[in-house]
Amino acid sequence: MFKLEINLLNKNLLSQKNTVNVKEAISKIIKDIEKLFTDRNYVIMEFCGTHTHEIAKYGIRSLFPKTIDLRSGPGCPVCVTAEEDIDYIINLAMENNLSIITFGDLVNVPGSKASLSYLKSIGKDIIVVYNPLESIKLALNNPNKNYLLIGIGFETTVPLLAYTLIKAKNLKLKNLFYLSLHKLTPPALDAVLDGKEVNLDGVIGPGHVSTIIGAKPWEISANKYKIPIVISSFEPEEIIFNVYFLLKKIKNKEYGVWNNYKRSVRYEGNLKAIDIVNKVFKLSAANWRGLGIIENSGLELNEDYIEFDVRKRFPLTKPIKVKKTACRCGEVLRGVVKPYECPLFAKACTPSSPKGPCMVSSEGSCAAYYLYEN
Amino acid sequence: METNIIGSNIMEPVISLAYGSGGDLTRKLIEEEFVKNFSNPILDELLDSGIVEFSGKLAFTTDSYVITPIFFKGGDIGSLSVYGTLNDLAVVGAEPLFISLSLIIEEGLAVKDLKRIINSISKVAKEEKVKIITGDTKVVDKNKGDKIFINTSGIGIIKPNRDWRKREINEGDLILASGDLGEHGIYIMLERLNIKTAEDVKSDMAYLGSFILPLLDNFDGVKFIRDATRGGVATILNEVASKYNIEIEVYEEELPYKDWVKNASEILGIDPIYAANEGKAVIIIDKSQADEILDFLKKHPLSCNSKIIGKVISKNKPKVYLKTRIGSRRILESLKGDILPRIC
Repeated sequence: MFKLEINLLNKNLLSQKNTVNVKEAISKIIKDIEKLFTDRNYVIMEFCGTHTHEIAKYGIRSLFPKTIDLRSGPGCPVCVTAEEDIDYIINLAMENNLSIITFGDLVNVPGSKASLSYLKSIGKDIIVVYNPLESIKLALNNPNKNYLLIGIGFETTVPLLAYTLIKAKNLKLKNLFYLSLHKLTPPALDAVLDGKEVNLDGVIGPGHVSTIIGAKPWEISANKYKIPIVISSFEPEEIIFNVYFLLKKIKNKEYGVWNNYKRSVRYEGNLKAIDIVNKVFKLSAANWRGLGIIENSGLELNEDYIEFDVRKRFPLTKPIKVKKTACRCGEVLRGVVKPYECPLFAKACTPSSPKGPCMVSSEGSCAAYYLYEN
Repeated sequence: METNIIGSNIMEPVISLAYGSGGDLTRKLIEEEFVKNFSNPILDELLDSGIVEFSGKLAFTTDSYVITPIFFKGGDIGSLSVYGTLNDLAVVGAEPLFISLSLIIEEGLAVKDLKRIINSISKVAKEEKVKIITGDTKVVDKNKGDKIFINTSGIGIIKPNRDWRKREINEGDLILASGDLGEHGIYIMLERLNIKTAEDVKSDMAYLGSFILPLLDNFDGVKFIRDATRGGVATILNEVASKYNIEIEVYEEELPYKDWVKNASEILGIDPIYAANEGKAVIIIDKSQADEILDFLKKHPLSCNSKIIGKVISKNKPKVYLKTRIGSRRILESLKGDILPRIC
């Protein structure tokens, strides 16, 4: 029942495939950390939202001494979607007769006035899909309707959306439009490190994203900022091990990229997936919640696929202005503050009534703190 | 029969507004579908109320059923609307006797679909020996409903030995799940997302009374029972903790899930402890009877995978914790908002 396929880890500690021994191994690691790493604070950022979620869900923070400061990064695609972009989608849906096709947790993200789930409740056509290829079926079966597929997600999700667009082009679909809100993760890590608002000692690199882009792109950040980055799976045991692994690198002042998720992540990444993405998209600037506009951190449709671009077909008539609220989601995403340091946290802002996206997605650090550590 | 000829060359008979008008078509529907299928002496009187005689402690419950899709593996909205209400009766120790059946049909529902739903309602009622003694049908305009909504109410009798309400929950009492968890909720989510599933991936819908009533007859150490429907086990346990002001600890490693539930949950990014069950109960039992109760439940096909999943650790404050497989402990909250798959 218990699947632990660790071949990369310290064989003496975590080689047994049963929980009793894994628990023993974990408690040995914790004892070691308590002995060796309580001399100062060690600030480690887990970039990816799934890591944030698993750390909270398994109470990993509670196992470590207080000196081990785990902070979430901008690695939750819903959380980093700019408020302006949500408002743009909402305006599009209100001004034009567009049916909106989106992934699950985006529907509850509040724009400055409303969320997509609110639009659904007042009768707008908001369709939640798991597989974006569903949009092809919808567009084919309802030729009189116009559909907007929201392209959201990091490098992990983009290949399937690119494939959807390739199919839509082959089928000559004229009633399916695309809004690319895709974001690329290495430039965001650089932006966090560049900002110097938080002094990071090490980074847990994203597992899913790295299966696509590989371990290689992280080397640039690791070398530029002289920081150790370890690519980890999402099993709680391996996250704990990788924190320990990082701490030792930090102590030895080693930097670079270590791929401890070799069963899924290759150095060069998934070249076939990267190729599909390059057929459809080109690099662009992107607007990140919390980080602002970062050059070359997004993807837009290239010339061959420009016909699908919703911004060309349905330009907005009203300008979008976003007003500032007390929500500190942006700082949470940069690792500057912890969720509970936001004045709205667990008071005005809860998962049932979120004020910012970090409380919406189960990958968001506010939701993770609220659900598991509040 | 009315026909739907738009966009189709097959003349598919559908329900029209006239079926709910109270006129001839309504009567035809009642006589040909309902009375014929659900016939019993009380219903057959066709009075404005079903009239019954009984004595004893009465349990009365009601529930409305809305589900997409209306047909699914393991049942349909019809069987769900009967099982759901029977289960609400059974978990309080009541033997279900009579139910009411109220249909709100969206104009355009295929007559064959309605017949299929009526058949499955009739089948479950006969199998579980309850009588449908009163009912109603309304038809609403197209796009004012979602194919069909069903409300059922039920009444049952509680024998004194089956009434667990006064039994005190103490520190050390154990939390039992009557089988593998999360199946209905996870499966329906896969259906809604149009994800193809294998044959054995289906709803766990079943009548809980078939093992709960005998359990109550045999053990006085059963102190609380609830069917773990919407919000899943996590939400139910939080409700119990609040109601009785108790602290509960749940053991992650003991939570029983089928492999497909675990795999699908991982892919969708949701926790099956929040997923609905339609054939599983959460039961609090006295520690001293735990072994015999487990043996007893394991002999019944609907509770053969019963498992102790946690225990009552104090009577100080209403909290639920999860002891994780790596040895840490965290809060187990009730479901917040909706369950939505997440993206990466």
